[in-house]
Amino acid sequence: MNDSALQAAPPANARGYWATVGRRIVRDKVSMVCVAILLLIFLSALLAPYLHLADPYQGSMIRRLRHIGTPNYPLGTDELGRDMLARLIYGGRLSLLIGISPVILAFSIGTMLGLIAGYVGGWVNTAIMRTIDVFYAFPSVLLAIAISGALGAGITNSIVSLTIVFVPQITRVAESVTTGVRNRDFVEAARASGANAFTIMRAHMLGNVLGPIFVYATGLISVSMILAAGLSFLGLGTKPPEPEWGLMLNTLRTAIYVNPWVAALPGVMIFAVSICFNLLSDGLRSAMDIRS
Amino acid sequence: MLSYAARRMVYAIPIIIGVALVCFMLVHITPGDPLVAVLPADASQELAQQLRTAYGFDKPLPVQFGLWLWRAVNGDLGSSIATGRPVLAEVLRAVSNTVTLAIAAAIIGFSLGLFFGLVAGYFRDTWIDKIATSIAIAGVSVPHYWLGMVLVIIFSVELNWLPAVGAGPSGSGAWAWDWAHIRFLILPAITTSVIPMGIITRTVRALTGDILSQDFVEALRAKGLRETQVFRHVLKNAAPTALAVMGLQLGYMLGGSILIETVFSWPGSGLLLNSAIFQRDLPLLQGTILVLAMFFVILNLVVDIAQAAIDPRIKRG
Amino acid sequence: MSEASPVTGLAPIEDMGGKAQPLLRVDGLTKHFPVRGGLFGARKTVRAVDDVSFNIGKGETVGIVGESGCGKSTTARLLMHLMDRDAGEIIFDGRQVGHEISLRELRRGMQMVFQDSYASLNPRLTIEESIAFGPKVHGMADGAARALARELLGKVGLRPETFANRYPHEISGGQRQRVNIARALALSPRLVILDEAVSALDKSVEAQVLNLLMDLKREFGLTYLFISHDLNVINYISDRVLVMYLGEVVELGPVEQVWAKPAHPYTRALLAAMPSSDPDRRTEVPPLSGDPPNPIDPPAGCRFHTRCPFAEAPCSNVAPRLTELDTMGHQAACHMAIPRSGHSRAPAA
Repeated sequence: MNDSALQAAPPANARGYWATVGRRIVRDKVSMVCVAILLLIFLSALLAPYLHLADPYQGSMIRRLRHIGTPNYPLGTDELGRDMLARLIYGGRLSLLIGISPVILAFSIGTMLGLIAGYVGGWVNTAIMRTIDVFYAFPSVLLAIAISGALGAGITNSIVSLTIVFVPQITRVAESVTTGVRNRDFVEAARASGANAFTIMRAHMLGNVLGPIFVYATGLISVSMILAAGLSFLGLGTKPPEPEWGLMLNTLRTAIYVNPWVAALPGVMIFAVSICFNLLSDGLRSAMDIRS
Repeated sequence: MLSYAARRMVYAIPIIIGVALVCFMLVHITPGDPLVAVLPADASQELAQQLRTAYGFDKPLPVQFGLWLWRAVNGDLGSSIATGRPVLAEVLRAVSNTVTLAIAAAIIGFSLGLFFGLVAGYFRDTWIDKIATSIAIAGVSVPHYWLGMVLVIIFSVELNWLPAVGAGPSGSGAWAWDWAHIRFLILPAITTSVIPMGIITRTVRALTGDILSQDFVEALRAKGLRETQVFRHVLKNAAPTALAVMGLQLGYMLGGSILIETVFSWPGSGLLLNSAIFQRDLPLLQGTILVLAMFFVILNLVVDIAQAAIDPRIKRG
Repeated sequence: MSEASPVTGLAPIEDMGGKAQPLLRVDGLTKHFPVRGGLFGARKTVRAVDDVSFNIGKGETVGIVGESGCGKSTTARLLMHLMDRDAGEIIFDGRQVGHEISLRELRRGMQMVFQDSYASLNPRLTIEESIAFGPKVHGMADGAARALARELLGKVGLRPETFANRYPHEISGGQRQRVNIARALALSPRLVILDEAVSALDKSVEAQVLNLLMDLKREFGLTYLFISHDLNVINYISDRVLVMYLGEVVELGPVEQVWAKPAHPYTRALLAAMPSSDPDRRTEVPPLSGDPPNPIDPPAGCRFHTRCPFAEAPCSNVAPRLTELDTMGHQAACHMAIPRSGHSRAPAA
């Protein structure tokens, strides 16, 4: 039994799934550029108070709507004379918060719901998935605006409404991935070992379903950033004078005949974050497709 | 096929009721008494009570829902608080403008998406593919309301070629397919088209790749078929799915037009929704959302059934 | 292989009733799957397992053989309680499951090895973690469970230093199946169900794993239920054999008896189709023709009569019951073996 052929195993490179995925994503140039851009935006938003920026709230009637490249105002000033660079960097704080937290919340809730629906099956699945179908039957923009519009403006309401929009989408993905995994023999083997449903979901299902759901959620951040800023743009999110990219676009809209390119700047930030998350999601997806 | 259609329609009924319930509940998640919205500021106690009974707010919620649903099925969505006109009439008038916009955008998005997708799939992994794919990703990642602003800056502010806002020269609502009106449609339609363009490019690119890697294409080539004919073959096979995707996108455009209509002051359902929200016109808000959501559900159903009719392999559910 | 055993596993569940009591008694086991036909179609049922009864004695190896779709694997899953049965009793060492013995306890007493060695291991866990999972579920500390896992890797012939931290995709099919065996043994079971456990392996690897199973059986005092479509393997490992056809047991008995004197034409056909290196083992029995009938709509009477060369009138009307053929436990469900069944070849009483 101790023949040498039996002990022959591939070269010792024992490495977990996530370590392999990590190594592959680091080798992907596009993903790494996106990570760098996102890190820059995140860190500058986080460290804004230490960056010696102008006061993002302090305006001045005499220096309104300066052009890009004006001395001391590298990105110009807004309609109230506030420094655009400072407002764009500070704006990242709220914009990223209201754009990303709905996806994080929906990821937690949706994964849980999808896992339960997919693993338990039967009438539990029917109850969860049919309810989800109803919310899925709305176009996401419409549902977000319907709920936000009914709840009224505000950061919390905007996060709540976007979470409600994304939970069904993530639940659907989580449910279909879970259904695929739950019929595999190792889940049967775990049941056969006497483990209860909760232990099996935690120890065996979660690790196998999290990957695809995570990729999907990363892509959703792109949509969420656009929608969250969009709600603020409509006046349903943040309120003035807070710096927030969508709201800034809205208030600067009146200035497009005076200083058009300054007015367009906040959108560049939304676009940059959105496209980076989209590309990162694509990169993650191919990095996780280990068979190739 | 008929039984599939029948089954899909039966399955749609609970969804429709659920969608109606969500719309109904919108009024009840608003902070405060829903009555406040319809009540004049100086209303007396009696008037308040009278209106409460008239609107049925004194009845239990399920009964209120039943009554509301019954009226909605009969075309009565209540009256706008701001204008006093029936909600359904207001919504349908606005929707027609949104449909105009959506169809124009669909034509642009579908043609460009189909073109980019075919080219990208055909020249897979070349620089042509990279450019087309980049355009597609930009299309689905761009905040479209911002893109609208940028287009206005370029074509209205800087070049002064096209009008920035509105849906016609006179300001009156009547739409006509003449150049005087179409000028107003160009920018919003292009703006609306970028998301479906991106999505269709991605879909068609993947389809083209799949079709080209199938055996029958090799067989066609081996039979001496010219590349243009191969291309036509690919187009024939990819078109139904692309059309189905476009159908669904049409629904998203109808329902999600509020941001673009706000940017361009396009007098459609989105702009109506916007004013309903800010005037706290709850019956109008509720009615608009109900109508748009129903459009979406029915469109989904039609696309599903049409797809099954075209492609007999699809027999889901 | 290390002789000293410093690691203590879980204590096996207590023996009741001694050697004479069967370890597992299955009585009238039945599972029908509902299938939906058409839009408003009537609900039909697949009779996957129909009134199956048998015993497994302590220390015995019982084989189940039959074509794919005959209900072998469903039987295994029903015994493991991975699937609810519609009817029938499963009695483990004299104790009724759910009454005298809890499901959780039963799952320590009874373990299973699946056919697909890759699918039955969690791809995100190392081999050590996979083996240690079961003992941890039953209250063993993490460290002790991991030590046990390494110990068991040695027992199944895999060097723990080399294999413990590997992932399933990094090792070969034969090695994975050894891991699955170790995982099953980690709960100190008394009965191990092997569901086509060697079927997916190369012939040379299959033989190694079969020998390993025989060694382990001796070392741990195990009882096996061995499910396979391969008659050679069944012959090699089993003491007794059950032949299943369309959810029913058609013949059972000691493997030598059944092989030497197959009483059911289905068994005869299976044996005839068996590749044999022995030219003397040629039979005149015609090979099976046609596919098995649809289990959604099994034929009336004897389910085999549509493919049976000896079918006569009673076969299509009356379902034959399992009948004793001798005093050694050889039974068959065939009208040709039942006295006064009305079949022309039936034995005179």
